[in-house]
Amino acid sequence: MIEFTVNGQAVSSAAEPDTPLLWILRDELGLKGTKFGCGIGSCGACTVHLGGVATRSCSIPLSAVSGRDITTIEGLDGKHPLQQAWIELQVPQCGYCQSGQIMQAATLIANNASPTDEEVVTHMNGNLCRCMAYTRIRKAVHRGAEIASEGEGS
Amino acid sequence: MINPIQRVLEHTTLSRRSFLAGSTAGGLVMAFGGGALLPSAVAALEEKRFAPTVWFEIDSAGTVLVNIAKAEMGQHVGTALARIVADELGADWSKVGIHHVDSDPKWGYMVTGGSWSVHTSFQALSQAGAAGRQVLIEAGAALLGVETAACRAVNGAIHAGDRSVSFADIVQKGAIDRQFTADELAALPVKNPAERDLIGKPISALDIPAKSTARATYGIDAELPGMLYARPIIPPTRYGSVVNGVDDSKARAIAGYQGFQVLEDPSETVQGWVVALADSQWAAIKAANAIVVDWTPGPTANVDEAAILARGEELAAGDSGALYVKEGDVAAASGEKQLSATYRTHSVLHFTMEPGNALASFTDGTWHLHTGNQWQSLILPVLAKALDVPESQIVIHQYYLGGGFGRRLFGDTMIPAALAAKAVGKPVKLVFTREDDSRFDCVRSASVQTFDGQVADGKTLSVDSAVVAGWPTLAMAPGFLGDGLEDSGKIDPFSASGANHWYTIPNHRVRIINNDLAQKTFLPGWLRTVGPGWTTWGVESFMDELAHAAGADPIEFRLAHLDAAGKNAGEAPNSVGGASRLAHVLRAVREQSGWGRELPDDEALGVAATFGQERNMPTWIGCVAHVKVDRASGAITVKKLWQTIDCGTVVHPDGALAQAEGASLWGVSLALHEGTAFADGQVADRNLDRYTPLRMADVPELDIRFVDSKEFPQGMGEPPLSPVAPAIANAVFAAVGVRLRDLPMRADDLKAALNPA
Repeated sequence: MIEFTVNGQAVSSAAEPDTPLLWILRDELGLKGTKFGCGIGSCGACTVHLGGVATRSCSIPLSAVSGRDITTIEGLDGKHPLQQAWIELQVPQCGYCQSGQIMQAATLIANNASPTDEEVVTHMNGNLCRCMAYTRIRKAVHRGAEIASEGEGS
Repeated sequence: MINPIQRVLEHTTLSRRSFLAGSTAGGLVMAFGGGALLPSAVAALEEKRFAPTVWFEIDSAGTVLVNIAKAEMGQHVGTALARIVADELGADWSKVGIHHVDSDPKWGYMVTGGSWSVHTSFQALSQAGAAGRQVLIEAGAALLGVETAACRAVNGAIHAGDRSVSFADIVQKGAIDRQFTADELAALPVKNPAERDLIGKPISALDIPAKSTARATYGIDAELPGMLYARPIIPPTRYGSVVNGVDDSKARAIAGYQGFQVLEDPSETVQGWVVALADSQWAAIKAANAIVVDWTPGPTANVDEAAILARGEELAAGDSGALYVKEGDVAAASGEKQLSATYRTHSVLHFTMEPGNALASFTDGTWHLHTGNQWQSLILPVLAKALDVPESQIVIHQYYLGGGFGRRLFGDTMIPAALAAKAVGKPVKLVFTREDDSRFDCVRSASVQTFDGQVADGKTLSVDSAVVAGWPTLAMAPGFLGDGLEDSGKIDPFSASGANHWYTIPNHRVRIINNDLAQKTFLPGWLRTVGPGWTTWGVESFMDELAHAAGADPIEFRLAHLDAAGKNAGEAPNSVGGASRLAHVLRAVREQSGWGRELPDDEALGVAATFGQERNMPTWIGCVAHVKVDRASGAITVKKLWQTIDCGTVVHPDGALAQAEGASLWGVSLALHEGTAFADGQVADRNLDRYTPLRMADVPELDIRFVDSKEFPQGMGEPPLSPVAPAIANAVFAAVGVRLRDLPMRADDLKAALNPA
């Protein structure tokens, strides 16, 4: 039995230790917002936060998350500055990659209140958007950072 | 030639029908009826005995729920369709919702593709909304004690002077039982563009909040109690592989492994398939890796990309094929300059982010299939054959699609899921790994196009062309093939459209030829923009070659051929203005891009144009690309793209822009970043380590503008894709004088051309 924390809740899994965290989140814990895309950590659809770091959940085994703190898209409560920005700028098309995009971007703006365009592109380049909504994703990361800063100021 | 699928859609939505409005237990329901009037609209509506593609409900709180029979795959189609109804109805947009329906045959012919949804639904939705408005005005006038002529429907209420009654009040109080004959319906006034409150105005898409907060449910998210997880073990060839034996001794050591099934498929969709079953997806993935299958491969096990293209070139050089265009006499024409060119495209994957999947269960005598699908009416009969049950015992439950792009027009992932569920007597959720998904993809066929052209007096005197590719419609929906001219044989309109362009050329012949080797080796797919993905590549690149041969500016040269005369004059309602509208967007994009200005060395602008998917549904686009070539590496950088788009009336402006942004970047991706090859009968590049779609770092600046038009709405999902590759190639030629004729354009090829050994 491996114990860890997801979105602030203590959870455990008796699955095989080599099972990727992705399938534990989706099929044992019912957190379907984290998506399966490529299985080799190259599309970013499965991105979650592991100890605050954006991590590809398809490529990390259950055995590696024992005692660790995980946040999924469901842990953002739907009101994260990036989610506000995503809706304001009408970012998603099919939407399948967007959980991963938002989780990836969240670690950037948590550590950098005002990223440059180059910093956004470098940070987000590993996340594939097959609908190619890239222009809006880039703008919305900036806008999310802005909303987050406004929130702190108020 | 009108695309036969579009004809079916237009027949479904435009055929003469009555209209029903009635108070039911759930609220006020409105829908199209049959041909004749019924004793009671209410009774018919309560039993859902109506003939929709359009129906909507207003509940006692006044919320308008529009049922959507189209697939949502990123185009916000429900928002656009609901917007059309809501505008006519006079609804309060903040109280409009949408619901995506299952595959019940009552909902009419179900297909989402071809950029058809708004175009083929617009008139029926407008009429339905207008009829609903009339019903609400009649009921509202009675409640207010005024004449109907004194009433207006605005923002969810019926207003007469300074008094009003809300839709909610009308629904709560009304015992409405109203019908319109087809003639009455046709006579109802539909708003003219100046009267519209919602269409063309800024708007938020109804599906975006759910997609931003993990509340959107995709096919891969579906589950049922007691289900087994499964992964396919895909045979070495698409067709004809035979399973001789299966050794699962290694898989038996995997915790949760639940055995395998060799699938027998009467529909022959899956041939030589085995599926691994388990208590978890991970165990199914591992088991499929551990199981050893002994196959006798099908006959195409050694076919590669070079052989497919060579067969295409061989066929183009012959005189076979169906006639698609015939003007004048190409054989008799004699010009000042002759030029010939062969354009090719390589195999392309759909690579939807959501891999193939389906959940199948048999409950209470009915098969239930859960997955996202674009063409329910196509796969239902195939499922019926595979399962040996009537179509009436099959329901496809719709979900959000994690990308469609044409891949989910063929719902073939449902077949192995259903066969496995039937074999084990339990619900089965089949999920493809990315590599499985690529191997089972209906790829965009490689293509070959030849052009023989002649120039005289600064214009094109003749073009003789042949287009050879695998045909998706032949493979999956042969009933929808079109007819060539002069009884010359069948044509897949999806492999031909675009070659019948709007440039006036006095002597013009196009033959369309099926690549039989491609057809045998794989299932050719409809991939976003389909035929124009290769026909426009050839036509617009060769137009550039002709312009240079004539010593003309590429935009001026195109304009000289857009005389809007004869067959290119256009006709009401769809192509009013004809080629003059293509000329207009070309002039507009010339100005928008600063065409003709000085640029640094190895940089240039290139132009291309398109009319979108079909001559009778033209979306007119002029496109200019600014590229920079690195001579040492051959690398092509797209710095900026400009597009001017005339798609008639724009229903959902931000949604249309989003489609144009995405399709333009697809154009860049297919031009420079994507492409695979067949090797040993299968696609060689199956995951992101080797298949490399465009990423954020390579996104050019975009400047996309729409023509303000009140003409009938056309399609927007695909057209902005096809002019991008030829615009880039034409810019490369302008920058460094090298003509690239293969898609994708590879840096190594350009480098070799620039730096001959």
